[in-house]
Amino acid sequence: MKILVPVKRVVDYNVKVRVKADGSDVDIANVKMSMNPFDEIAVEEATRLKEAGMATEIVAVSCGVAQCQDVIRTAMAIGADRGIHVLCDQPLEPLAVAKMLKALAEKESAQLVILGKQAIDDDANQTGQMLAALWGVPQATFASKVEISGDQMTVTREIDGGLEKLSMQLPAVVTTDLRLNEPRYVTLPNIMKAKKKTIDQVSPADLGVDVTPRLKQLKVQDPPSRKAGIKVPDVATLVDKLRNEAKVI
Amino acid sequence: MKILVIAEHANDQLRPVTANAVAAASALGAKAGGAEITVLVAGQSARPAAEAAAALAGVSKVLLAEAAHLAEQVAEPIAEQVLAVCGAMDAIIFPATAFGKNTAPRVAARLDVSQISDVIEIEAADTFKRPIYAGNVIATVQSADAVKVMTVRGTSFEAHGSQAVATIESVAAAAAPARSAQFQSREVAVLARPELTAAKVVISGGRALGSKENFALLEKLADTLGAALGASRAAVDAGYAPNDWQVGQTGKVVAPQLYIAVGISGAIQHLAGMKDSKVIVAINQDGEAPIFQLADYGLVGDLFQIIPELTDTLAKNLGN
Repeated sequence: MKILVPVKRVVDYNVKVRVKADGSDVDIANVKMSMNPFDEIAVEEATRLKEAGMATEIVAVSCGVAQCQDVIRTAMAIGADRGIHVLCDQPLEPLAVAKMLKALAEKESAQLVILGKQAIDDDANQTGQMLAALWGVPQATFASKVEISGDQMTVTREIDGGLEKLSMQLPAVVTTDLRLNEPRYVTLPNIMKAKKKTIDQVSPADLGVDVTPRLKQLKVQDPPSRKAGIKVPDVATLVDKLRNEAKVI
Repeated sequence: MKILVIAEHANDQLRPVTANAVAAASALGAKAGGAEITVLVAGQSARPAAEAAAALAGVSKVLLAEAAHLAEQVAEPIAEQVLAVCGAMDAIIFPATAFGKNTAPRVAARLDVSQISDVIEIEAADTFKRPIYAGNVIATVQSADAVKVMTVRGTSFEAHGSQAVATIESVAAAAAPARSAQFQSREVAVLARPELTAAKVVISGGRALGSKENFALLEKLADTLGAALGASRAAVDAGYAPNDWQVGQTGKVVAPQLYIAVGISGAIQHLAGMKDSKVIVAINQDGEAPIFQLADYGLVGDLFQIIPELTDTLAKNLGN
């Protein structure tokens, strides 16, 4: 079984992003970039499936600028066997990425695509579902447990208020939620090994996909800020304020 | 403008967030010079949900599609059903819940449309505000697609009241897609308290609670106030509170009348999930904790003393 793992290069989750002075976009110049944390969970899951003898090959894919090769290398240091980089300098929307992933999933005859449920930059939460719809295969989003037996897969997924179990036949698409696993630390020897693995480069045109954006970002701004209120000395004052000032109890 | 709202329901009842999605549709219609709002209820034995949807203010018509394969709200057949009825629609609105997020992108992709996720404000018929970077930035985006497919954040659109019941039209169920996930089972926690996203008062605990047992302190307080219980990511990860209690960008987004944060320092990802609450109270040992920067009322001290005292004081006060 071949597993395709799409990985996105995003602003590191520890960075507090700032809006550019002209409000045109978020300022990401000279900011630390990393692999989207949900995608890291996806690479880890694929690697565990391979270690358990379920998968034969893991192919990491990233779409975007030249530096996306860095996150492909990270995926390889975790456990991916080789990489595909779709080089594209313009911003990509989930729809365009899903179309390119569909082309690659078919070309590679992937049996499983595992990716993060959302990227922590645009928070769109779309790519996996769009890929499954375009590719015409079952989907299991927000996965917290994946079990595979032959060409059958059972996935436990996180829903509002609890958990749900779905079963499906491969090929299929899984999107990861936080509790699926805890990704391993990447070790130096594995980083060195990853450098020797191959990354093939393709273009959106090679995959026959038009990546022209459909959404125009008119502006970005800080969220309305909330002012700090007051500190109260004791419980009695708090209850009094809630009752007589805020009138919420 | 013709707008289709996809109802979230449990067949025998409508989920409250559907009313918020209808309110978002009304807001969109207002920017487009009027709207005809149709609600799709796809399920099995789902007439009670359809009747509740037909009574939501602003709804012109409810489409009811019933079939066994629609019963469990699996994304593949539900998306198929939406595609079967959305032909004449200018906009398709899903609630930004686990259900809506799961299904909407399938519809958007099949219509070859870029979806707008998690809309919090409608600026114009084609222009929307949405949070990015875990709510730290608000983006205004304009859609060039002929059909707008979006998910809307329930807490950003206040539900309107009720109306005289609109027409319910039964429509043919779309065939189940050949390649689809099959529903096996669902475990939903039985709630003795109000649902987190719908509660008027929410009390959340953080890592400072120190153990699962100590969360019982909050339960007493919650029962006194008729509140829902929440938790920070740190408390959930530490195993003090169940998964579905998590408030934050990666958990539930809440906007109650009163939010009480107990032993929560205020990580950005938690604040993104509760900062739209009307009144925020923070109780924390560390007076410098970031949560105090947005709390209306802060109380610095030992939560193990404060919470029982607060519970007693409230019990006496509310008893009066």
